Amino acid sequence: MAEAPNIPDELEVRAKWGDFKFTPANEKLAKWQIAKYPEGRQKSAVMALLDLAQRQVGADTETQGWLPVPVIEYVAAYLDMPYMRAYEVATFYTMYNLAPVGRFHVQVCGTTPCMLRGSDDVMAACKNKGMAKGKTTPDGLFTLTEVECMGNCSNAPMVQINDDNYEDLDYDIMTRILEDLADGKEIPVGSQIGRKTSEPEGGPVVLKEMVKANHDYREEW
Amino acid sequence: MAFDFLQDKDRIFTNVYGFQSWDLKAAQKRGDWDNTADIIKRGNDKIINEMKESGLRGRGGAGFPTGLKWSFMPKESPDGRPSFLVINADESEPGSCKDREILRNDPHKLIEGALIAGFAMRARAAYIYIRGEYIMEAKVMEAAVKEAYDAGLIGKNAAKSGYDFDVFVHRGAGAYICGEETAMIESLEGKKGQPRLKPPFPAGAGLYGCPTTVNNVESIAVVPTILRRGASWFASFGRENNHGTKLFQVSGHVEKPAVFEEAMSIPFKDMIEKHCGGITGGWDNLLAVIPGGSSVPLVPAHEIMDAPMDFDGLSALKSGLGTAAVIVMDKSTDIVRAISRLSYFYKHESCGQCTPCREGTGWMWRVMERLRDGDATIEEIDTLHEVTKQVEGHTICALGDAAAWPIQGLIRHFRPELERRIRENAGAEPVMEAAE
Repeated sequence: MAEAPNIPDELEVRAKWGDFKFTPANEKLAKWQIAKYPEGRQKSAVMALLDLAQRQVGADTETQGWLPVPVIEYVAAYLDMPYMRAYEVATFYTMYNLAPVGRFHVQVCGTTPCMLRGSDDVMAACKNKGMAKGKTTPDGLFTLTEVECMGNCSNAPMVQINDDNYEDLDYDIMTRILEDLADGKEIPVGSQIGRKTSEPEGGPVVLKEMVKANHDYREEW
Repeated sequence: MAFDFLQDKDRIFTNVYGFQSWDLKAAQKRGDWDNTADIIKRGNDKIINEMKESGLRGRGGAGFPTGLKWSFMPKESPDGRPSFLVINADESEPGSCKDREILRNDPHKLIEGALIAGFAMRARAAYIYIRGEYIMEAKVMEAAVKEAYDAGLIGKNAAKSGYDFDVFVHRGAGAYICGEETAMIESLEGKKGQPRLKPPFPAGAGLYGCPTTVNNVESIAVVPTILRRGASWFASFGRENNHGTKLFQVSGHVEKPAVFEEAMSIPFKDMIEKHCGGITGGWDNLLAVIPGGSSVPLVPAHEIMDAPMDFDGLSALKSGLGTAAVIVMDKSTDIVRAISRLSYFYKHESCGQCTPCREGTGWMWRVMERLRDGDATIEEIDTLHEVTKQVEGHTICALGDAAAWPIQGLIRHFRPELERRIRENAGAEPVMEAAE
């Protein structure tokens, strides 16, 4: 799995996050998640609750968020499971950040389908903005991570920044996205070259009726 | 003989590109949730038989017959344990991006399929396990599930069928291995996703120790349409043993990469010409294709050109259909780097449980990186091949195999290129007729 992150000093972290608890809104979401699983199986919700906790830390720090140890302890206690079982989950899955990240977590896919269509250029655009893999820029704005296949291969290359995907990229488009984010501009998510989703560039070659109307094909069966 | 391309009227996923809304009203207008109770009233055995007759083979990669898989579930529960359906939406195989389109554009096909499949296998609930990175897709899916509950289509007396059935969405958090069915079950139970030893098989003891069937998103989402149009309709597409329609996903060096539904057994060249506008730089520029997602061996250009895109056609080429994720590489590709990047992927995603995989994936990647520059000896190619054989088949799950096969494919078809780099690096005369 991923390389071990630099976990921040525990005393400082404990001082800052020692009395973490869910906000009332997140408490409600946590209960809803737990209710998805049978009685006594509440620990099935550990992934959802760690995500929720990370998002709450993110809201507090105006970043994507991360999981300080006291926060993991809180989630474990919330689900009545040993801390180590929750820590095991937090360290196994790559989407839990074990160290603070910047305002924008720039996750460039570098796996072969993206590589074939120019993920090197996307990465270069990031580096030319002063970013380095696994590091946060000094202004706290960007953290760069190279991630493994994100499942957008027919819209490669792509980047996921916090919750949003930007697809069909090249060097210039990526540079513009980073500049717009730094300027606080709104950027449309998804394809950056005008594709709706994964239809061929320039428009679908099949199912053309569906572009304009919600066509019901059953009468042609 | 020219290939009969799939016609729009025979496409199951008519909203695959999301030009129209995914919501319940729009989905119903396209034919979803149309008298689902009638299908359920046919009874468990009739539904399972119809699915068997349709010839549907699992769309998640392994290609196991779906109806047969359902028939392994217990018919009654003497000890009161419930049964579960787990839907694998952990789409993470490099090259694969089809389930994403179902989740975000046609979620009601999946929910309706979950109810019917769940009923047929006597499950009490379905968990849809969506990979963590599909954040927007999971939001759509949650909203669609809520719509279905609010409309009485799932829950108590689901769709007025008399059957009680729940559907829940569970999000992953970034681990390829959770696409393996027993790792997925572990993950659903709130643990790290490390595969279980089999037996016991999930149909005997799966989620929470209860009988469980894990099916891919596409396998479940096609069920309602197959049952409405009949097994013989679905079986009319594709060659014997390879029936049906299929979502293909083309990435890499084609003019226009795309996801599309086609009839099984479509010849590779016809498929790329019609749906993707041809190979970048023309057909003479095609180098090799990974036809089924990163874990299947590559196939060189001259072998894939006329091959039927189906399970048997591609296994005859010592590769596989996998998830039908077609990664196309033209002659500009550094083929050693392309495969080495996959080796890195498997090293990154190994769960660490079995030593051959934990140690082997890293070892193989390091050798592959040296082979990129030819910084190796010719004998090391054989050693590498030997190590892939030691990893393959010696791990609990198929991740070890998946890490071994792409390298084996590279050595099988591009050994001259590997040797050329080694000789060049050693300072011998450059070999001009590079085996590109």
